[in-house]
Amino acid sequence: MDYDLIVNILYATVRTGTPLILVALGELVCEKSGVLNLGQEGMMLMGAVIGFIAALETGNLWLGVTFAMAAGLMMSLLFGFIALNLSANQVATGLALTIFGTGLSAFVGSDYVGTPLVGIEPWHIPLLSDIPFVGRILFSHDPLVYLSFGLFVGVYLFLNRSHAGLALKAVGESPQSAKATGLPVFKIRYLAVMFGGAMAGLAGAYLSLAYTPLWAENMTAGRGWIALALVVFASWKAERVLLGAYLFGAFSIMHLVAQGLGFSVSPNLLAIMPYLATIVVLVMLSSDKARVKLYAPVSLGKPFHPAD
Amino acid sequence: MIFKLERRVDDSRWMAYLSPILAGTLTLITGSILFWALGKDPLQTLYTFFIAPVSDLYGWTELGVKAAPIMLCALGLAVCYRGKVWNIGAEGQLLFGALVGGGVALQFLESDSAFALPLVLVAGALAGMAWAAIPALLKTHFNTNEILTTIMLNYIALNLLLFSVHGPLKDPGGFNFPESALFTEAVTLPLLLEDSRMHIGILFALFALVAVWVLLSKTFVGFQIKVLGLDTRAAHFAGFKERRLVWLALLLSGALAGLAGVCEVTGPIGQLVPQVSPGYGYAAIIVAFLGRLHPVGILLSSMLMALIYIGGELVQIELNLPLALTGLFQGMLLFFLLACDVLIAYRIRLSPRFSALRKPSSAALVNGADANLSTHSQ
Repeated sequence: MDYDLIVNILYATVRTGTPLILVALGELVCEKSGVLNLGQEGMMLMGAVIGFIAALETGNLWLGVTFAMAAGLMMSLLFGFIALNLSANQVATGLALTIFGTGLSAFVGSDYVGTPLVGIEPWHIPLLSDIPFVGRILFSHDPLVYLSFGLFVGVYLFLNRSHAGLALKAVGESPQSAKATGLPVFKIRYLAVMFGGAMAGLAGAYLSLAYTPLWAENMTAGRGWIALALVVFASWKAERVLLGAYLFGAFSIMHLVAQGLGFSVSPNLLAIMPYLATIVVLVMLSSDKARVKLYAPVSLGKPFHPAD
Repeated sequence: MIFKLERRVDDSRWMAYLSPILAGTLTLITGSILFWALGKDPLQTLYTFFIAPVSDLYGWTELGVKAAPIMLCALGLAVCYRGKVWNIGAEGQLLFGALVGGGVALQFLESDSAFALPLVLVAGALAGMAWAAIPALLKTHFNTNEILTTIMLNYIALNLLLFSVHGPLKDPGGFNFPESALFTEAVTLPLLLEDSRMHIGILFALFALVAVWVLLSKTFVGFQIKVLGLDTRAAHFAGFKERRLVWLALLLSGALAGLAGVCEVTGPIGQLVPQVSPGYGYAAIIVAFLGRLHPVGILLSSMLMALIYIGGELVQIELNLPLALTGLFQGMLLFFLLACDVLIAYRIRLSPRFSALRKPSSAALVNGADANLSTHSQ
């Protein structure tokens, strides 16, 4: 492999890792509050389609991004109403959200399949992008990638350095105790779910406005589910989410690597890689029951009724 | 708030049966509003969607053709969900069954052996079973969440199918289309009715329905699965072997989904194509819940789901509405169902004063009510 190829592979890794980072950071915050939302895929799809339509109709890509986040947020409110207000089973509700989002996004976007759109252009950061090697890999992307860097730092500081983050984690560990200390459990969980929704919408917008500027049914291709696995992989720690997302990003661009090494492998077989990697990683990390118990928020997935 | 949810002392049996009907009605109402918003006559659209497809005998046979694979998948899922094994992988098990069964069927292109078809069907069912054995092994021995593994295996099975029809199993004389050769008569499911597509796969589905009913209602294993689902601790105290039950539920579910897949390719499709299933495995999740995880309920709800598939195609052809309506209706149905299911364990109180009067009695029963909540929410 030559130098250019390595740079290109790493560059593509950052690009493919970005939607995973966005959606996984949202889910991380959500799960830290004790809520398991399996609807990431549905929220992402809605974000992707609404973002695309809004950008196309208004001619403003950033308005598209805003609409995408709003769409993800609305979807998460639906989840919040059923899973939090009505204390329904979170697994079933999340699953329903994904099925609903898949159907709704296909319906809303049916007139837009194959419509071309000029996506968000890369923005080379002056000076930084001139650094050899690193400049190309990290500082020659579109602004949403930089936003993902910023959001990572924000979520990391929020969870590990802020009072509000502590409150969120307290709610996730024991909503009963958190409530006894006067924390608004219900409100905190709602906000966490909404943050997750907006992030999933943003991840969707990244796919339909920057990564591949078009709309296609099911274009998220399981990234929402991979992000869920990523949070387990990361042992519910933000810095490991970042690491994991790029690792999975690398698995998703195996075709580039194979090309570079001169192999010709079926693209369908290579497409299996990220899913296979997800299973392998999950097996390695969940085998130790004690470890999962140690890191997972204690009340994860358990309903907490506002009246309790 | 004007409305207040109050826990029932006991789960309402009535609501458990009423909730799917309520959810269906709400879906229809929302659908009508949607049609109206799209500039279509709601009544005419509803007629085209839900009545026109079954207004003649052929329509009913088509309903059976679509309902059979959904029912097979949903029956297996019901066994899993009863035991709280979250198998989301019926789609992948179906696809893998179709792929392996279809691969075996392609070995009989120049044979008219009477054993060919049974062999193909068994291969498909075993393949589905094997695909479900992966999450079973990972769950029982590596403590891996079956939701995520089964989902990932869906994507893997789909890509394996795509790889096969683009590569090793592609018809050499097929003008480079990603399709296998057409299966011969010997490996095609016999039809039940002339001039229709209704094949004997429907009999398999009905047989599976009886078998799952017997398993869940009449056998000790079925009882163990249900106890495991309702209260894992109780199942442990009773000495039930959790691992064995998880394996059993997943293998059965995989075999049924695999059978559904191989019946699709040896029945209505007749060859291996990239699009074996329009999401039957995912629709089966909705069907299982809508049918209350009970075989009879699944029979009815799989017919409704088949109708949604056929109706969706018909409104696309006749009224020029997007085919994606099918997926939208499926999603709405499941959401309304979840919302209505809340009424099984809770009742709605209108006046806060009235509920305040009732409070002492419900507070005294808080422990009992807690148990009810947990059964409802799992």
